[in-house]
Amino acid sequence: MAATRDGYGDALLALAGNPKVVVLEADLGKSTKSLHFRKAHPERTVSCGIGEQNMLLVAAGMASNGYIPFASTFAIFTERAFEQMRNGVARPNLAVHLCGSHGGTHTGTDGSSAQSIEDLAIYRTLPNVVVMHPCDDVSTKALTMQLPDLGKPSYMRTARNKTPVLYDGREDEIEIGKGVILREGSDVAIIACGVLVHESLEAAEKLSAEGINATVVDMHTIKPLDTELIDSLAQKCGAIVTAEDHSIIGGLGGAVAEHVVSSTPVPIEKIGVHDRFGESAGAEEMLEMMGLKSHHICDAVKNVIARKV
Amino acid sequence: MAGMSISEMEEMARKCRVEICKMTHRAQAGHPGGSLSEIDILCGLYGHRLRVKPDDPDWEDRDRFILSKGHASPGMYAVLAEMGFISHEDLKSYRVKGGVCQGHVDMKWCPGVDFSAGSLGMGLSFGMGCAVAAKLDGSSRNAYVMVGDGEIQEGSVWEAAMAATHHELGNLKLFVDCNGIQNDDFCEAQMRMFDIPAKWNAFGWAVKVIDGHDMTSIVDAIDWMDSVRDKPAVVIAKTIKGKGVSFMENNPAFHGAAPSDEQLAQALSELGVEA
Repeated sequence: MAATRDGYGDALLALAGNPKVVVLEADLGKSTKSLHFRKAHPERTVSCGIGEQNMLLVAAGMASNGYIPFASTFAIFTERAFEQMRNGVARPNLAVHLCGSHGGTHTGTDGSSAQSIEDLAIYRTLPNVVVMHPCDDVSTKALTMQLPDLGKPSYMRTARNKTPVLYDGREDEIEIGKGVILREGSDVAIIACGVLVHESLEAAEKLSAEGINATVVDMHTIKPLDTELIDSLAQKCGAIVTAEDHSIIGGLGGAVAEHVVSSTPVPIEKIGVHDRFGESAGAEEMLEMMGLKSHHICDAVKNVIARKV
Repeated sequence: MAGMSISEMEEMARKCRVEICKMTHRAQAGHPGGSLSEIDILCGLYGHRLRVKPDDPDWEDRDRFILSKGHASPGMYAVLAEMGFISHEDLKSYRVKGGVCQGHVDMKWCPGVDFSAGSLGMGLSFGMGCAVAAKLDGSSRNAYVMVGDGEIQEGSVWEAAMAATHHELGNLKLFVDCNGIQNDDFCEAQMRMFDIPAKWNAFGWAVKVIDGHDMTSIVDAIDWMDSVRDKPAVVIAKTIKGKGVSFMENNPAFHGAAPSDEQLAQALSELGVEA
């Protein structure tokens, strides 16, 4: 078990050999894990105090001067600087890499003010911006390591709490924009991101005992979406379940549905937060409360298979 | 071109005022008032100090100039044309489909523009990023930013004001174009700001107040700014919105309104253009 935010912190340290890599913090470096970089390279770390709007644009200014800025805070507080991200980063296409940690209801006992359930949706609407939500620390590190070569802005959501490590020794399979097939089956495709990738694998295991064979995909990149993979899965399985610790409005489920209706229409069920805010509870309790556990995914799979024409 | 004489910069400002009126008239849209209030400072900065290369606008070690009040773009475009970054013919593309002179200054469209502005309150933070980068590079280049007085009502300006002194950014230079008018009305009516110099003082900036239409004062202020190296410096410039065109002066209606045919003729006459 490990937290994706630790993968982010490890990656920043590993990237420090590039003298153009700089880190920006808004008083949450201990939480987002950029603190490791700060301790090793204080001269290349810019404290912006508790000021997210300023941080995003300082990063943009540095990017325009040839630096590769990595800015982080809680996912929810990145949203305070959404318009800075829109007008000052995305519009001029400056390669600022924004990381929002503590995303989703899995964040837990801090309660609803800290549980971003809309970040993936809002950043996905911005032209030029790549949006990622990896499921384990290994893939988080692998994706972060690819960002200096991206040449455009990005948003990555990481999670506060530990989740199972899926990719140990399989770093090479991780590529921005390419979904990863973790399990193959032809009855349904479960397309998941973040914390719910592991729940989806658990669901697939349970379903196989009932004779239902599910493909499980880790769609760590929500934008650009791996539409080629989605099309092939829609054709092969004829039904899709999406799973994310995020609102069912506009996130991974929204992205997949938007694509599928215009290419290979198949029934879709969306596992996600149903247009409500969270509350204080443990991470696992939140997943149960929000309908995001593996048994909820199993139910959605059966529902979607029943809708196959 | 830096190193122009006072009279040369005054003449440049007069020509730019003519272009501001023509551009907004041609587009029948845009922001003449704030362009006319800022233009003497812009001409002073480009004519006296800014280290830039019009034939190499992306020169990495150039000084940066960020017009944060990006709606006052006609003034910026007029100066860029005078400096040779763009042609005078390009000025006709203001607010026209495909034109380099987008409605608000845009670094993706226009050579010599260092930031895509248009949303108030962003330029000082961006300039701070440029200043931090220059320090990391060990370069002596400066980042100059201009904001409007109404603009400093945006809270994020003060995030940047606080952060810039924390980081001791002696290479960050700010002009506040205090023309006293914002979109809907006089600033006094919209949001009283009381003692603006005291606010910047309280945030730890070096502060100087000048007449923003007196070229000698502007040049002296730029020299003073450059002499401040241990903290960011701000010049609070008292200006008149619409300066130089009688019916636009101190008139909130010309924040975002274009002159009519008759008004243009009068404006050009007042600016010394022979009919």
